[in-house]
Amino acid sequence: MASPQTEPLLSIRGLACSGGRRRLFCGIDATLRPGDAIEVRGANGSGKTTLLRCAAGLLTPHAGDVRRAGGQAPLYLGHKSGMSSLLSPIENMRWHLALAGGAASPAACGAALEQVGLGTERHDPCGNLSAGQQRRVGLARLAVSNARLWLLDEPFSALDAAGRALVLALIAAHRAAGGGVLCATHEGLNLPDAQVLRLPL
Amino acid sequence: MSIAIAQTRRDLAIVVRSRGEALNPLAFFALATLLFGLAGPSPETRAAIAPGAVWALAALATTLSMEGLFRRDVEEGALEQLLLHARPLWPAVLGKLFAHWCVTGLPLVVLGPVAALALQASTDVLPALALGLLLGTPTLTLIGAIAAALTAGIGRGSLLVALIALPLCVPTLIFGAGAAFAAAAGADPTPQLLWLAALLAAAATAAPFAVGAGLRVSQEY
Repeated sequence: MASPQTEPLLSIRGLACSGGRRRLFCGIDATLRPGDAIEVRGANGSGKTTLLRCAAGLLTPHAGDVRRAGGQAPLYLGHKSGMSSLLSPIENMRWHLALAGGAASPAACGAALEQVGLGTERHDPCGNLSAGQQRRVGLARLAVSNARLWLLDEPFSALDAAGRALVLALIAAHRAAGGGVLCATHEGLNLPDAQVLRLPL
Repeated sequence: MSIAIAQTRRDLAIVVRSRGEALNPLAFFALATLLFGLAGPSPETRAAIAPGAVWALAALATTLSMEGLFRRDVEEGALEQLLLHARPLWPAVLGKLFAHWCVTGLPLVVLGPVAALALQASTDVLPALALGLLLGTPTLTLIGAIAAALTAGIGRGSLLVALIALPLCVPTLIFGAGAAFAAAAGADPTPQLLWLAALLAAAATAAPFAVGAGLRVSQEY
């Protein structure tokens, strides 16, 4: 019996998916252990997002098996931010925390938004923020998350250099704390000691 | 429970900030009543059919309002977050529907009797009509939400929502209008109102699960 420290956070066996009528990928195997990271690389349309949605449990794969440790919901940061454009970053964060069952206080939300550089915009509606700033609201979720498995879909999109550095710092801290990261990227994040999973087109 | 409250707070905040959308079904209800008044025949006929007209328009207005229930959440990705984190899903669904009903159903409880008065119904029907709408509009919202959940993945589908939901709304419509007609005839509307309460209990028990299952299916594309 593996201990909780080494038990895989995510294991994928023989995963196959199709998008529409086209077969996207088949026979994908991956194991993500605590402290690990996997970069899923592939061209546009190769099925990176589909793979992540399968790993999150949002999609039922064609064939194969996805297991997540501990029954805890993963943190999924997709192309859609999950933030309402009519609510402010702080209101969105509160809803997310209530959902994730985290005990983080409003003060912690404020601190997280401060950390991602949205200290002054925290009460503006998200719809008034720029694309990069909206992306940063999503990053604030990473900062307060207690999920051990992170599924990040193109975490660099719409971010400036400082934003990218912030993503890398958050990922590094999460891995150091025993978390795992599965991220989809077409350009490569070059995470240290990361496995690379290439999807053929 | 905390998820239900958080969801209600969030949705009420969103609705308040998108005022126009929330008022559309109520505007439809008011305009349709006006047209009924103008196109109706003699005042006696109008007064006689007023409770039935109010109920039919309330069912249409509620169904109309359901189409956009999940659209924003689907587009912005809030729905997928809800599906991932809210296990079980029904408390969040109940919270969401309660917020929606507060904005679209509750005003009908007040507007309904006003519309009946405008159609020259006798004041005897008003208590039965208001009480019936109070018991019936949540049922209409719950039923409409099932249809909205099933069509959440296919974008705009207002007609589809109406086609799915309206047949299921028929019992509520019959007992609701029946209560008001009984009161108009000088009879006791209690049996019909009890039936409305029973329908509400059944819908409140079953619909949140159906909505949750529908939403899960809708995101599998």
